[in-house]
Amino acid sequence: MNIPYRPLALGLVALAFSAIVLQRAQAGGDDYFPPVVDPLVKEECGSCHMAFAPSMLPASSWKRMMGNLKDHFGDDASLDADTAARITSYLVTNAADTGGKRYSSKLLRGIAPNSAPQRITELPKWVSEHRKVPAWEWKHKDVRTKANCVACHADAERGFYED
Amino acid sequence: MHRKLAVPLGIVAMILSTSLFAGPREDLLAQYATAARTETPTFSGFSAARGKTLHTQKFSGGKPDTPACTACHGENPRGAGRTLTGKDIEAVAVSVTPKRYTDPAKVEKWFKRNCREVLGRACTVQEKGDWITYMASQ
Ligand code: HEC
Ligand code: HEC
Ligand code: HEC
Repeated sequence: MNIPYRPLALGLVALAFSAIVLQRAQAGGDDYFPPVVDPLVKEECGSCHMAFAPSMLPASSWKRMMGNLKDHFGDDASLDADTAARITSYLVTNAADTGGKRYSSKLLRGIAPNSAPQRITELPKWVSEHRKVPAWEWKHKDVRTKANCVACHADAERGFYED
Repeated sequence: MHRKLAVPLGIVAMILSTSLFAGPREDLLAQYATAARTETPTFSGFSAARGKTLHTQKFSGGKPDTPACTACHGENPRGAGRTLTGKDIEAVAVSVTPKRYTDPAKVEKWFKRNCREVLGRACTVQEKGDWITYMASQ
Protein backbone atom coordinates (compact mmCIF):
# COMPACT_ATOMS: atom_id res chain seq x y z
CA MET A 1 0.00 0.00 0.00
CA ASN A 2 1.16 3.47 -0.81
CA ILE A 3 0.54 5.89 2.03
CA PRO A 4 0.81 9.54 1.02
CA TYR A 5 2.95 10.59 3.98
CA ARG A 6 3.51 14.17 2.92
CA PRO A 7 -0.14 15.25 2.55
CA LEU A 8 -0.93 13.26 5.66
CA ALA A 9 1.72 15.06 7.68
CA LEU A 10 0.62 18.43 6.33
CA GLY A 11 -2.98 17.64 7.20
CA LEU A 12 -1.95 16.71 10.73
CA VAL A 13 0.02 19.92 11.08
CA ALA A 14 -3.00 21.92 9.94
CA LEU A 15 -5.23 20.03 12.37
CA ALA A 16 -2.82 20.47 15.23
CA PHE A 17 -2.60 24.14 14.41
CA SER A 18 -6.33 24.77 14.47
CA ALA A 19 -6.56 22.82 17.71
CA ILE A 20 -3.91 25.06 19.24
CA VAL A 21 -5.62 28.20 18.07
CA LEU A 22 -8.95 26.95 19.38
CA GLN A 23 -7.50 26.01 22.71
CA ARG A 24 -5.92 29.43 22.93
CA ALA A 25 -9.12 31.20 22.02
CA GLN A 26 -11.04 29.30 24.69
CA ALA A 27 -8.59 29.41 27.55
CA GLY A 28 -9.54 32.06 30.06
CA GLY A 29 -6.55 34.08 31.17
CA ASP A 30 -5.45 36.92 33.32
CA ASP A 31 -2.55 38.41 31.41
CA TYR A 32 -3.96 41.77 30.42
CA PHE A 33 -2.30 44.60 28.52
CA PRO A 34 -4.81 47.42 27.94
CA PRO A 35 -5.31 47.89 24.18
CA VAL A 36 -4.82 51.19 22.38
CA VAL A 37 -7.96 53.31 22.71
CA ASP A 38 -6.80 56.53 21.04
CA PRO A 39 -8.37 56.50 17.53
CA LEU A 40 -5.38 58.25 15.95
CA VAL A 41 -2.92 55.69 17.30
CA LYS A 42 -5.27 52.86 16.33
CA GLU A 43 -5.45 54.17 12.78
CA GLU A 44 -1.78 55.00 12.26
CA CYS A 45 -0.20 52.15 14.23
CA GLY A 46 -2.87 49.53 13.65
CA SER A 47 -3.17 49.23 9.89
CA CYS A 48 -0.11 47.07 9.10
CA HIS A 49 -0.25 44.98 12.26
CA MET A 50 -2.39 45.12 15.39
CA ALA A 51 -1.80 48.29 17.39
CA PHE A 52 0.59 46.94 20.01
CA ALA A 53 -0.21 47.77 23.63
CA PRO A 54 1.90 50.70 24.85
CA SER A 55 2.48 48.90 28.17
CA MET A 56 4.56 46.26 26.36
CA LEU A 57 7.60 48.51 25.87
CA PRO A 58 9.25 51.19 28.01
CA ALA A 59 8.92 54.87 27.16
CA SER A 60 12.50 55.02 25.85
CA SER A 61 11.61 52.37 23.25
CA TRP A 62 8.61 54.27 21.95
CA LYS A 63 10.61 57.50 21.75
CA ARG A 64 13.33 55.81 19.76
CA MET A 65 10.86 54.07 17.44
CA MET A 66 8.85 57.23 16.81
CA GLY A 67 12.07 59.05 15.95
CA ASN A 68 12.74 56.78 12.99
CA LEU A 69 9.44 55.84 11.35
CA LYS A 70 10.92 56.20 7.91
CA ASP A 71 12.81 52.98 8.44
CA HIS A 72 10.39 51.05 10.61
CA PHE A 73 11.57 47.43 10.49
CA GLY A 74 12.21 47.93 6.79
CA ASP A 75 8.85 49.63 6.17
CA ASP A 76 8.13 53.29 5.66
CA ALA A 77 5.69 54.21 8.43
CA SER A 78 6.49 57.93 8.37
CA LEU A 79 3.94 60.48 9.52
CA ASP A 80 3.76 64.24 9.58
CA ALA A 81 5.48 65.78 12.61
CA ASP A 82 2.27 66.81 14.34
CA THR A 83 0.66 63.36 14.14
CA ALA A 84 3.89 61.69 15.21
CA ALA A 85 4.15 63.97 18.26
CA ARG A 86 0.60 63.16 19.37
CA ILE A 87 1.18 59.42 18.98
CA THR A 88 4.51 59.58 20.82
CA SER A 89 2.87 61.35 23.70
CA TYR A 90 0.17 58.64 23.98
CA LEU A 91 2.67 55.78 23.83
CA VAL A 92 5.08 57.38 26.28
CA THR A 93 2.28 58.21 28.76
CA ASN A 94 1.03 54.60 28.77
CA ALA A 95 4.37 52.83 28.47
CA ALA A 96 5.60 49.85 30.49
CA ASP A 97 7.55 52.04 32.90
CA THR A 98 5.04 54.92 33.10
CA GLY A 99 1.22 54.76 33.04
CA GLY A 100 1.12 51.08 32.07
CA LYS A 101 3.48 49.97 34.82
CA ARG A 102 1.09 47.81 36.79
CA TYR A 103 0.40 45.65 33.74
CA SER A 104 3.92 45.22 32.55
CA SER A 105 6.39 44.75 35.38
CA LYS A 106 7.24 41.16 34.49
CA LEU A 107 7.63 41.88 30.81
CA LEU A 108 10.50 44.29 31.45
CA ARG A 109 12.44 41.81 33.55
CA GLY A 110 16.06 41.55 32.44
CA ILE A 111 16.09 44.76 30.45
CA ALA A 112 18.79 47.31 31.07
CA PRO A 113 17.38 50.77 31.82
CA ASN A 114 17.33 52.94 28.72
CA SER A 115 18.37 50.13 26.39
CA ALA A 116 15.21 51.03 24.44
CA PRO A 117 14.44 47.60 22.94
CA GLN A 118 12.52 47.91 19.67
CA ARG A 119 10.79 44.56 19.60
CA ILE A 120 8.33 43.14 22.10
CA THR A 121 9.18 39.77 20.56
CA GLU A 122 12.82 40.12 21.65
CA LEU A 123 12.16 40.95 25.29
CA PRO A 124 13.67 38.13 27.41
CA LYS A 125 10.36 37.60 29.20
CA TRP A 126 8.46 37.35 25.88
CA VAL A 127 11.02 34.91 24.54
CA SER A 128 10.75 32.70 27.62
CA GLU A 129 6.92 32.73 27.51
CA HIS A 130 7.14 31.49 23.92
CA ARG A 131 9.98 29.00 24.22
CA LYS A 132 7.57 26.07 23.94
CA VAL A 133 6.10 27.26 20.66
CA PRO A 134 7.50 24.88 18.01
CA ALA A 135 9.33 26.20 14.96
CA TRP A 136 6.73 24.95 12.48
CA GLU A 137 4.08 26.97 14.24
CA TRP A 138 5.97 30.24 13.70
CA LYS A 139 6.30 29.38 10.02
CA HIS A 140 2.66 28.41 9.55
CA LYS A 141 1.05 30.45 6.77
CA ASP A 142 -1.48 31.90 9.20
CA VAL A 143 1.27 33.11 11.53
CA ARG A 144 4.31 33.95 9.37
CA THR A 145 5.81 36.32 11.93
CA LYS A 146 6.12 36.50 15.70
CA ALA A 147 4.60 39.97 15.52
CA ASN A 148 1.29 38.45 14.38
CA CYS A 149 -0.01 38.09 17.95
CA VAL A 150 -3.66 37.73 16.90
CA ALA A 151 -2.92 34.53 14.99
CA CYS A 152 -2.52 32.75 18.34
CA HIS A 153 -4.02 35.16 20.85
CA ALA A 154 -7.51 35.62 19.47
CA ASP A 155 -8.26 38.34 22.02
CA ALA A 156 -5.00 40.25 21.68
CA GLU A 157 -6.71 43.30 20.25
CA ARG A 158 -8.83 43.46 23.36
CA GLY A 159 -5.71 43.15 25.50
CA PHE A 160 -5.90 39.50 26.57
CA TYR A 161 -2.99 37.07 26.13
CA GLU A 162 -4.31 34.09 27.99
CA ASP A 163 -2.72 30.69 28.37
CA MET B 1 -14.23 85.30 -31.65
CA HIS B 2 -12.06 82.71 -29.98
CA ARG B 3 -11.66 84.76 -26.87
CA LYS B 4 -15.40 85.42 -26.63
CA LEU B 5 -16.08 81.68 -26.67
CA ALA B 6 -13.36 80.82 -24.22
CA VAL B 7 -15.05 82.54 -21.28
CA PRO B 8 -18.46 80.83 -21.48
CA LEU B 9 -16.72 77.55 -22.25
CA GLY B 10 -14.61 77.98 -19.18
CA ILE B 11 -17.69 78.65 -17.07
CA VAL B 12 -19.45 75.60 -18.54
CA ALA B 13 -16.40 73.51 -17.77
CA MET B 14 -16.34 74.79 -14.19
CA ILE B 15 -20.03 74.03 -13.68
CA LEU B 16 -19.56 70.61 -15.23
CA SER B 17 -16.61 69.79 -13.09
CA THR B 18 -18.36 70.77 -9.87
CA SER B 19 -21.66 69.05 -10.66
CA LEU B 20 -20.43 65.92 -12.43
CA PHE B 21 -17.41 65.48 -10.20
CA ALA B 22 -19.10 66.05 -6.91
CA GLY B 23 -17.48 63.92 -4.19
CA PRO B 24 -14.00 64.14 -2.70
CA ARG B 25 -12.90 61.05 -4.65
CA GLU B 26 -13.86 62.68 -7.95
CA ASP B 27 -12.14 65.89 -6.89
CA LEU B 28 -8.99 63.92 -6.16
CA LEU B 29 -9.14 62.23 -9.57
CA ALA B 30 -9.67 65.60 -11.24
CA GLN B 31 -6.61 66.91 -9.41
CA TYR B 32 -4.60 63.90 -10.53
CA ALA B 33 -5.78 64.49 -14.11
CA THR B 34 -4.56 68.08 -14.02
CA ALA B 35 -1.20 66.97 -12.64
CA ALA B 36 -0.98 64.13 -15.19
CA ARG B 37 -1.46 66.61 -18.02
CA THR B 38 1.57 68.50 -16.74
CA GLU B 39 3.53 65.28 -16.25
CA THR B 40 2.79 63.99 -19.78
CA PRO B 41 1.44 66.42 -22.36
CA THR B 42 -0.01 63.46 -24.31
CA PHE B 43 -2.16 62.42 -21.32
CA SER B 44 -5.62 61.42 -22.49
CA GLY B 45 -7.43 60.26 -19.40
CA PHE B 46 -7.17 57.49 -16.84
CA SER B 47 -7.79 53.88 -17.69
CA ALA B 48 -9.30 51.18 -15.49
CA ALA B 49 -7.63 48.55 -17.69
CA ARG B 50 -4.18 50.02 -17.01
CA GLY B 51 -5.11 50.27 -13.34
CA LYS B 52 -5.94 46.58 -13.29
CA THR B 53 -2.58 45.77 -14.87
CA LEU B 54 -0.79 47.88 -12.27
CA HIS B 55 -2.70 46.10 -9.52
CA THR B 56 -1.81 42.59 -10.65
CA GLN B 57 1.57 43.06 -12.33
CA LYS B 58 4.68 41.64 -10.64
CA PHE B 59 7.54 44.09 -10.21
CA SER B 60 11.13 43.33 -9.33
CA GLY B 61 12.21 46.78 -8.12
CA GLY B 62 10.61 46.61 -4.68
CA LYS B 63 10.79 44.21 -1.78
CA PRO B 64 10.88 40.50 -2.60
CA ASP B 65 7.93 39.71 -0.25
CA THR B 66 5.71 42.23 -1.97
CA PRO B 67 6.17 41.94 -5.74
CA ALA B 68 2.60 43.17 -6.46
CA CYS B 69 -0.22 45.16 -4.92
CA THR B 70 -2.06 41.84 -4.72
CA ALA B 71 0.41 40.63 -2.05
CA CYS B 72 -1.64 42.58 0.50
CA HIS B 73 -4.80 43.71 -1.30
CA GLY B 74 -5.51 40.36 -2.96
CA GLU B 75 -6.14 39.42 -6.57
CA ASN B 76 -9.81 40.33 -6.29
CA PRO B 77 -10.31 43.97 -5.23
CA ARG B 78 -13.77 43.13 -3.88
CA GLY B 79 -12.32 40.70 -1.36
CA ALA B 80 -10.59 41.55 1.91
CA GLY B 81 -6.80 41.74 1.91
CA ARG B 82 -4.19 40.96 4.54
CA THR B 83 -0.80 42.42 5.37
CA LEU B 84 2.23 40.20 5.84
CA THR B 85 1.96 40.88 9.56
CA GLY B 86 -1.51 39.39 9.64
CA LYS B 87 -3.74 42.45 9.72
CA ASP B 88 -6.91 42.27 7.63
CA ILE B 89 -7.44 45.04 5.07
CA GLU B 90 -10.91 46.05 3.95
CA ALA B 91 -11.61 45.53 0.25
CA VAL B 92 -10.12 48.22 -1.99
CA ALA B 93 -13.07 48.17 -4.44
CA VAL B 94 -15.25 51.24 -3.97
CA SER B 95 -18.46 49.21 -4.35
CA VAL B 96 -17.52 47.19 -1.26
CA THR B 97 -15.86 49.95 0.79
CA PRO B 98 -17.51 53.22 -0.31
CA LYS B 99 -15.34 55.46 1.89
CA ARG B 100 -12.22 54.54 -0.10
CA TYR B 101 -10.13 57.33 -1.68
CA THR B 102 -12.14 60.13 -0.09
CA ASP B 103 -9.31 61.37 2.15
CA PRO B 104 -6.52 62.68 -0.10
CA ALA B 105 -3.93 62.70 2.70
CA LYS B 106 -4.61 59.03 3.43
CA VAL B 107 -4.48 58.12 -0.26
CA GLU B 108 -1.16 59.91 -0.76
CA LYS B 109 0.32 58.42 2.40
CA TRP B 110 -0.39 54.86 1.24
CA PHE B 111 0.62 55.38 -2.38
CA LYS B 112 3.92 56.69 -1.09
CA ARG B 113 4.50 53.68 1.17
CA ASN B 114 3.08 50.96 -1.03
CA CYS B 115 4.52 52.03 -4.37
CA ARG B 116 7.98 52.16 -2.84
CA GLU B 117 7.50 48.68 -1.37
CA VAL B 118 6.15 47.13 -4.55
CA LEU B 119 7.76 49.06 -7.41
CA GLY B 120 10.80 50.37 -5.57
CA ARG B 121 9.90 53.90 -6.63
CA ALA B 122 7.09 56.43 -6.34
CA CYS B 123 4.04 55.88 -8.53
CA THR B 124 3.43 58.41 -11.29
CA VAL B 125 0.27 60.51 -11.18
CA GLN B 126 -0.95 58.52 -14.17
CA GLU B 127 -0.51 55.26 -12.27
CA LYS B 128 -2.33 56.60 -9.21
CA GLY B 129 -5.24 57.84 -11.30
CA ASP B 130 -5.44 54.59 -13.26
CA TRP B 131 -5.43 52.50 -10.09
CA ILE B 132 -8.18 54.50 -8.39
CA THR B 133 -10.20 54.53 -11.62
CA TYR B 134 -9.97 50.75 -11.70
CA MET B 135 -11.02 50.45 -8.04
CA ALA B 136 -13.90 52.89 -8.56
CA SER B 137 -15.15 50.65 -11.38
CA GLN B 138 -15.07 47.58 -9.15
C1 HEC C 1 3.53 50.57 6.86
C2 HEC C 1 3.27 49.52 7.79
C3 HEC C 1 3.48 49.80 9.27
C4 HEC C 1 2.96 50.84 10.01
C5 HEC C 1 2.09 51.99 9.53
C6 HEC C 1 3.43 50.64 11.37
N1 HEC C 1 4.17 49.50 11.45
FE1 HEC C 1 4.99 48.70 13.14
N2 HEC C 1 5.81 47.21 12.05
C7 HEC C 1 5.68 47.05 10.67
C8 HEC C 1 6.46 45.90 10.25
C9 HEC C 1 6.58 45.39 8.83
C10 HEC C 1 7.03 45.35 11.42
C11 HEC C 1 7.93 44.12 11.53
C12 HEC C 1 7.02 42.94 11.69
C13 HEC C 1 7.71 41.61 11.71
O1 HEC C 1 8.75 41.47 12.33
O2 HEC C 1 7.16 40.68 11.11
C14 HEC C 1 6.60 46.20 12.52
C15 HEC C 1 6.94 45.97 13.85
C16 HEC C 1 6.55 46.76 14.92
C17 HEC C 1 6.90 46.50 16.30
C18 HEC C 1 7.74 45.34 16.83
C19 HEC C 1 6.94 44.06 16.89
C20 HEC C 1 7.74 42.95 17.55
O3 HEC C 1 8.33 42.13 16.82
O4 HEC C 1 7.79 42.93 18.78
C21 HEC C 1 6.35 47.51 17.05
C22 HEC C 1 6.44 47.66 18.56
C23 HEC C 1 5.67 48.40 16.13
N3 HEC C 1 5.79 47.90 14.85
C24 HEC C 1 5.02 49.57 16.49
C25 HEC C 1 4.42 50.44 15.59
C26 HEC C 1 3.89 51.74 15.96
C27 HEC C 1 3.94 52.35 17.34
C28 HEC C 1 3.35 52.28 14.82
C29 HEC C 1 2.68 53.64 14.66
C30 HEC C 1 3.52 54.79 14.82
C31 HEC C 1 3.57 51.32 13.74
N4 HEC C 1 4.22 50.23 14.25
C32 HEC C 1 3.14 51.50 12.43
C33 HEC C 1 4.93 47.83 9.82
C34 HEC C 1 4.24 48.97 10.18
C1 HEC D 1 2.54 31.05 17.20
C2 HEC D 1 1.62 31.44 18.23
C3 HEC D 1 1.91 32.69 19.05
C4 HEC D 1 2.16 33.96 18.58
C5 HEC D 1 2.25 34.45 17.14
C6 HEC D 1 2.28 34.81 19.75
N1 HEC D 1 2.12 34.06 20.89
FE1 HEC D 1 2.10 34.76 22.80
N2 HEC D 1 1.90 32.87 23.49
C7 HEC D 1 1.78 31.73 22.71
C8 HEC D 1 1.73 30.58 23.59
C9 HEC D 1 1.60 29.13 23.14
C10 HEC D 1 1.83 31.07 24.92
C11 HEC D 1 1.79 30.29 26.20
C12 HEC D 1 3.11 29.76 26.61
C13 HEC D 1 3.04 28.83 27.78
O1 HEC D 1 2.02 28.83 28.45
O2 HEC D 1 3.99 28.10 27.97
C14 HEC D 1 1.93 32.52 24.82
C15 HEC D 1 2.03 33.35 25.92
C16 HEC D 1 2.03 34.74 25.85
C17 HEC D 1 2.01 35.62 26.98
C18 HEC D 1 1.96 35.22 28.44
C19 HEC D 1 0.54 34.94 28.84
C20 HEC D 1 0.39 34.47 30.26
O3 HEC D 1 -0.73 34.06 30.59
O4 HEC D 1 1.35 34.52 31.02
C21 HEC D 1 2.00 36.89 26.52
C22 HEC D 1 1.93 38.18 27.32
C23 HEC D 1 2.05 36.81 25.07
N3 HEC D 1 2.07 35.49 24.71
C24 HEC D 1 2.11 37.89 24.23
C25 HEC D 1 2.26 37.80 22.86
C26 HEC D 1 2.42 38.96 22.01
C27 HEC D 1 2.45 40.40 22.46
C28 HEC D 1 2.55 38.48 20.72
C29 HEC D 1 2.79 39.29 19.47
C30 HEC D 1 3.86 40.27 19.51
C31 HEC D 1 2.45 37.02 20.79
N4 HEC D 1 2.30 36.66 22.09
C32 HEC D 1 2.51 36.18 19.70
C33 HEC D 1 1.70 31.70 21.35
C34 HEC D 1 1.91 32.76 20.49
C1 HEC E 1 2.61 45.40 2.42
C2 HEC E 1 1.18 45.39 2.22
C3 HEC E 1 0.62 46.28 1.10
C4 HEC E 1 0.97 46.26 -0.24
C5 HEC E 1 1.97 45.37 -0.94
C6 HEC E 1 0.13 47.27 -0.87
N1 HEC E 1 -0.68 47.86 0.06
FE1 HEC E 1 -1.94 49.41 -0.28
N2 HEC E 1 -2.45 49.43 1.72
C7 HEC E 1 -1.94 48.59 2.67
C8 HEC E 1 -2.49 48.94 3.97
C9 HEC E 1 -2.18 48.24 5.30
C10 HEC E 1 -3.36 50.03 3.76
C11 HEC E 1 -4.15 50.82 4.82
C12 HEC E 1 -5.31 50.06 5.36
C13 HEC E 1 -6.61 50.39 4.72
O1 HEC E 1 -6.72 51.42 4.03
O2 HEC E 1 -7.56 49.61 4.91
C14 HEC E 1 -3.31 50.32 2.31
C15 HEC E 1 -4.02 51.35 1.71
C16 HEC E 1 -3.87 51.72 0.39
C17 HEC E 1 -4.47 52.89 -0.20
C18 HEC E 1 -5.34 53.92 0.52
C19 HEC E 1 -6.78 53.47 0.52
C20 HEC E 1 -7.76 54.51 1.00
O3 HEC E 1 -8.82 54.11 1.51
O4 HEC E 1 -7.50 55.71 0.88
C21 HEC E 1 -4.07 52.93 -1.52
C22 HEC E 1 -4.41 54.01 -2.53
C23 HEC E 1 -3.23 51.76 -1.74
N3 HEC E 1 -3.13 51.06 -0.56
C24 HEC E 1 -2.65 51.44 -2.95
C25 HEC E 1 -1.79 50.38 -3.16
C26 HEC E 1 -1.15 50.09 -4.43
C27 HEC E 1 -1.33 50.89 -5.72
C28 HEC E 1 -0.35 48.99 -4.24
C29 HEC E 1 0.58 48.33 -5.25
C30 HEC E 1 1.51 49.21 -5.93
C31 HEC E 1 -0.49 48.61 -2.83
N4 HEC E 1 -1.38 49.47 -2.22
C32 HEC E 1 0.18 47.57 -2.22
C33 HEC E 1 -1.04 47.58 2.48
C34 HEC E 1 -0.42 47.28 1.27
